[in-house]
Amino acid sequence: MESLTFRHTTKKPLPGSVPNAITGVVASGNLEILLERVLPPDACEVAIETPIAGYGAVWEAVVADFVARAQPGGLRISINDGGARPDTVSLRLLQGARLMEA
Amino acid sequence: MTLAEILAGLFPQGHSVTVRDGLVTGAGRFADGTLHVVGVDGDTPLGVDGALVLSRAVLDAVRAGDKAPILVVVDSDSQRMSRRDELLGLNECLAHLAKALLLADRSGHPTIGLIYGHSAAGAFIATALATRILAALPGANPSVMDLPSVAKVTKLPLDKLQEMAKSTPVFAPGLDNMVATGAVHVVLDPGKPLDGQIRDLIANLKPGDDRDRLGEERGGRPVARGIGAAVIAQAGRG
Amino acid sequence: MAGVRPASTDPDALSWYEATARQRVVALADPGTFQEFLPPTERRMSPHLPLFDLPRAFDDGIVVGRAALDGKTVLVAAQEGRFMGGAFGEIHGAKLVGLLRAALTLKPAAVLILFDTGGVRLQEANAGETAIAETMRAIIDVRAAGIPVIGLIGGRAGCYGGGGLIAGTCSRLAASEGGRISVSGPEVIETNKGAEEFDSRDRALVWRTMGGKHRRLIGGADAFCADSVSAFRKAALDLIGRAPAFDLATLEAEQARLESRLARFGDCRDATDVWARLGVNDPEAVPAMDTRAFDETVSRVREADHDAR
Repeated sequence: MESLTFRHTTKKPLPGSVPNAITGVVASGNLEILLERVLPPDACEVAIETPIAGYGAVWEAVVADFVARAQPGGLRISINDGGARPDTVSLRLLQGARLMEA
Repeated sequence: MTLAEILAGLFPQGHSVTVRDGLVTGAGRFADGTLHVVGVDGDTPLGVDGALVLSRAVLDAVRAGDKAPILVVVDSDSQRMSRRDELLGLNECLAHLAKALLLADRSGHPTIGLIYGHSAAGAFIATALATRILAALPGANPSVMDLPSVAKVTKLPLDKLQEMAKSTPVFAPGLDNMVATGAVHVVLDPGKPLDGQIRDLIANLKPGDDRDRLGEERGGRPVARGIGAAVIAQAGRG
Repeated sequence: MAGVRPASTDPDALSWYEATARQRVVALADPGTFQEFLPPTERRMSPHLPLFDLPRAFDDGIVVGRAALDGKTVLVAAQEGRFMGGAFGEIHGAKLVGLLRAALTLKPAAVLILFDTGGVRLQEANAGETAIAETMRAIIDVRAAGIPVIGLIGGRAGCYGGGGLIAGTCSRLAASEGGRISVSGPEVIETNKGAEEFDSRDRALVWRTMGGKHRRLIGGADAFCADSVSAFRKAALDLIGRAPAFDLATLEAEQARLESRLARFGDCRDATDVWARLGVNDPEAVPAMDTRAFDETVSRVREADHDAR
């Protein structure tokens, strides 16, 4: 298993007041994402556990793109990966952010 | 130890226990009363027909109302794997046998499992694991799945699994690991008279299910007890 | 115990088979009433899976908690069939055991178990097997206390191995077409006994032998549901109201029921032979029947409904 953590500073907090949300399932080609509103409003941390080693650069790019688009300030995001493709990861991250905004 | 040796040790005055198609039923004089015996011998797989023979014997004992202890002796294969057994509802028949043993226990019959050979999977759950206390004789070999099969399913090399099995009782087959998990309460001493050891087990039976506590103490199931307790604690709040 | 929010769910539109465990629970309960115990935020994850280089789930593949069902308090457990095949590991099993033991003091209107499991998680086999035994004992304690334990079966992993035995200890079972109930799975039988005994690639054979329709016709399940959350909710409410007692009379009746089944159908090769002997006019038509036609067929089969469980 490989552990990766990315920390970002955002321009604004994610809107809404939902304290936490979960989306997805740990399965082959899928992943689960747990989002918790526990950080300062301009901070976002994404921690990943993945059985597929050596894709740190891809994860870094997907997370950076998500942070730029969603501005998820205040969120700690924890990912249990089952070997998801980058497009699936992006989709789930945006899904998770929407659940937190509701 | 063979079943014949076990029965001779338990019933020096003789008994009516018989084995037919690997299914054990009967009783004998024991400690000024009766000890009912049911079980599976000879590494026999347990199917729908056998499960109902054993459950009938258990229910007969409960109906008799003597509250005599019931010994479940086990040297079985796994559940019988066949199209016919599943077509006829093997899950219902094995569950029915387990329910009969659990009913007996609730009705005042001490239920004691004694594994002296092999047992696995559904057969193990429906018999030995459905008793209040499970004892084993050295050499017993309970398992969920043998390591070569685990290797096939997990796609891990057998030698790596064998190495892991030495330090990780939670997945590896064998008596020691089932003791560590808390599923087997006690390993008996074959050098001492068996009847006295079984009598002591019956005299010291405790209420409740303490297998998770044993698993925690022995290290084979490090977190189960705490998790169960945490669920109960959170359920109890508001 | 903050409620972890899953995606929104409409019980009529939501397929039970396709839904996740968390979606099933939330959509099954009265809106907004589900409260999870040991939610994902607590990160109670398997201590064993990392040894096998396998990913973990925040809830170890089972959601447990409290909810209201038609205003009555129930305890609920839902297995996630897509994570490790919904199999029983140490934490997964302990959460279910804890929930059942909590029922003894909480005295809910029922405990609902949403099965979706291949049986024991091999990487934690001894813990899983022991937890299954503990679960069965706890179910019997709960039933003996007068609390119905209702099993709902319609997930993609079915209800196999020890899961099938646990299902057999419940007060009542509801199953959908996809709700296969069995001890040995098709692949297990084929691997051990050969494809002549059971061809696991023959999906029609799998559904016929282990699927919800066969179980309902022979009395192995008490309700047959369409594949929607609202159908399972309706069935659960109905079954809670007519759960059999757990006592000697019930088990004597079950003994007679199962013995009679073996005597009548013990020589049948295929489920269609069993259905014909049960009096089903056109057994070959059963697999394709919709829920309404199937319910009509069931209503004419005496063996399907009983209190012998």
